[in-house]
Amino acid sequence: MIDAHENAAKRGRQAYNFAYLDEQSKRMIRRCILKAMAVPGLQVPFGSREMPLAYGWGTGGIQVTASVIGPNDTLKVIDQGADDATNAVSIRRFFKRVAGIETTEKTGAATIIQTRHRLPETPLREGQVIVYQVPSPEPLRSLEPRESETRKMHAYAEYGLMSVQLYEDIARFGHIATAHSYPVMTNGRYLMSPSPIPKFDNPKVGDSPAIQLYGAGREKRIYAVPPYTRVQNLDFEDHPFRVQKWRQCCSLCGASDSYLDEIVVNDSGSRMFVCSDTDYCATRRDQGHVGPEGDSQAAFGSLPSSKPEKGSEPR
Amino acid sequence: MAYVAVKGGEQAILNSHRLVAEDRRGDPEVPALNVSQIAEQLGLAVDRVMCEGSVYDRELAALALKQAQGDAVEAIFLLRAFRTTLPRVGVSKPIDTDRMAIQRRISATFKDVPGGQVLGSTYEYTHRLLDFDLLDNAEAEVTRAELAATPLDANCPRAFDSISDEGLIEAEAPAPEEASVFDLTREPMALPAGRDQRLQNLARGDEGFVVGLAYSALRGYGAAHPYVGETRVGDVAIEVVPEELGFPVSIGDITVTECQMLDLFAGSDDEPARFTRGYGLSFGKSERKAMGMAIVDRSLRSREYGEDVKYPAQDEEFVLSHTDNLEAAGFVSHLTLPHYVDFQGDLQFIRQLREEQAGSRSTKEAAE
Repeated sequence: MIDAHENAAKRGRQAYNFAYLDEQSKRMIRRCILKAMAVPGLQVPFGSREMPLAYGWGTGGIQVTASVIGPNDTLKVIDQGADDATNAVSIRRFFKRVAGIETTEKTGAATIIQTRHRLPETPLREGQVIVYQVPSPEPLRSLEPRESETRKMHAYAEYGLMSVQLYEDIARFGHIATAHSYPVMTNGRYLMSPSPIPKFDNPKVGDSPAIQLYGAGREKRIYAVPPYTRVQNLDFEDHPFRVQKWRQCCSLCGASDSYLDEIVVNDSGSRMFVCSDTDYCATRRDQGHVGPEGDSQAAFGSLPSSKPEKGSEPR
Repeated sequence: MAYVAVKGGEQAILNSHRLVAEDRRGDPEVPALNVSQIAEQLGLAVDRVMCEGSVYDRELAALALKQAQGDAVEAIFLLRAFRTTLPRVGVSKPIDTDRMAIQRRISATFKDVPGGQVLGSTYEYTHRLLDFDLLDNAEAEVTRAELAATPLDANCPRAFDSISDEGLIEAEAPAPEEASVFDLTREPMALPAGRDQRLQNLARGDEGFVVGLAYSALRGYGAAHPYVGETRVGDVAIEVVPEELGFPVSIGDITVTECQMLDLFAGSDDEPARFTRGYGLSFGKSERKAMGMAIVDRSLRSREYGEDVKYPAQDEEFVLSHTDNLEAAGFVSHLTLPHYVDFQGDLQFIRQLREEQAGSRSTKEAAE
């Protein structure tokens, strides 16, 4: 019986290549990435593979990561800014298991950062790659559901419809009603969805020293923003682009420059606000910054702990 | 060839039944499955059959699955055909999902919520790598999960209750009078449908179709931009009020999956901006179904909110007429029945048309 177990386990390991995907698939994806880097903001169709993760859960990001990762890379995975969110933990475990690479929770220590819905607060640097998980790559989709039409609109740079939509928002609500996936013009040519990051993060997308890769597995598209590329948020002269602001600072670390999550703390509806970027918050607290409720974190399971475990999950 | 002839037809049917039995049994060298194995080890298939078959009975659903060679739609058919023979004993009180023995409870709206997030049993964070250990029929490993030190709150509040109080979420409609609830199993569909009828229709509707419609709404063929306010799985008590007693008595527990979707509504001239609700409920652990149902439910409320009805998922008549997989499968499969007579009629007609068209072409050519 033990032999049977060992055989099965061996078969399991040998059945999968380094970083899961076979080499031909990786090569196909790398070619698409090169094309995407050459034409910033262009959505390059790719032969998305079935991954051992549900579509919509980051299959595009995982395929891009699997194609660019090497044995010497250090991977960080965040979900909504958090390293300890279930999806981030799961994807990190996946790569530890199928690639045996180092993982980290430190933004500065990572060579590849895979992300869902956030950019780290800590500025990225040259040599880093950030891989976005993209659910809906097509910025025009909400205006025109047919792919055959949106492709023509991109080909002719026919983006008037988006300006009309933003204008209609202003006419109805007094301001542009898009809080995330805020559309951008990339390198002056392609309208691009920066993925559902809050518009708070949009300013970090332009002129970034890091390589930004966007993978949409379900919709089978890859696009990219190469380092130091101009990325412009759509707006109007009299209604300039603005990011979200909070009246509060982070309850745990006191940061007033980070994106904050609202947390319901009891049945009577009391709230606290904490950094969504767990690494940023923990680093600040390690440096001695304390917010107004810096010592009450123990009561809440999902709040960032100040002692990040560094890649200590079992393989 | 001769399946229409009476004698030959009878023989063909008998042989077909024997073939079905043979296919179902498979290789006689392999031990036969028993119903309790299916009920225990193919639990999610059983849950789907119970939900769309609208009979909460694990044993019968497992039996149906065994008989149907695991084909869910065929098993649902068997169960519904049995269900129709059962007398209606009474109507229970509405189940109270606030008082649920929770196995799983997820909210995607707030990072932490009173009562906590409970991951429960889910495939979501498993990596879909084939587990070759299962090939060998090895001794069961110790798979028991560790128990928490303290039990969960028996009255776990809604994850989004706190913002409901601010009026940011539309109020829940009060439960209707028992007598007034539409019963889709006894009455024909009536359009425009009330929400009770719509929810019954979706609960019994084909999981694949409902999820596909929900997907279309999310992808752009609809206005949906929902958040999972809360999805919870757990056991609830079924209570009935016997006439002679006049107070509710619990007759047992069932497992259900409930989903409340919150959808952004930007407001209209009469109504302020807020989150609106979509609702899904299914028997057993059928989260995909409950979530799809909640999204389609909200899509179908488009008219209520003065939104343009442009897409299939928003069109009540389109959706409600096509959800039922027995109706759909039955009508598609009826095409295997003989259509000699109709076909002969159409054939005649086409020949006639072609003759006339040929005639008119030649007169046209002559005129030119």
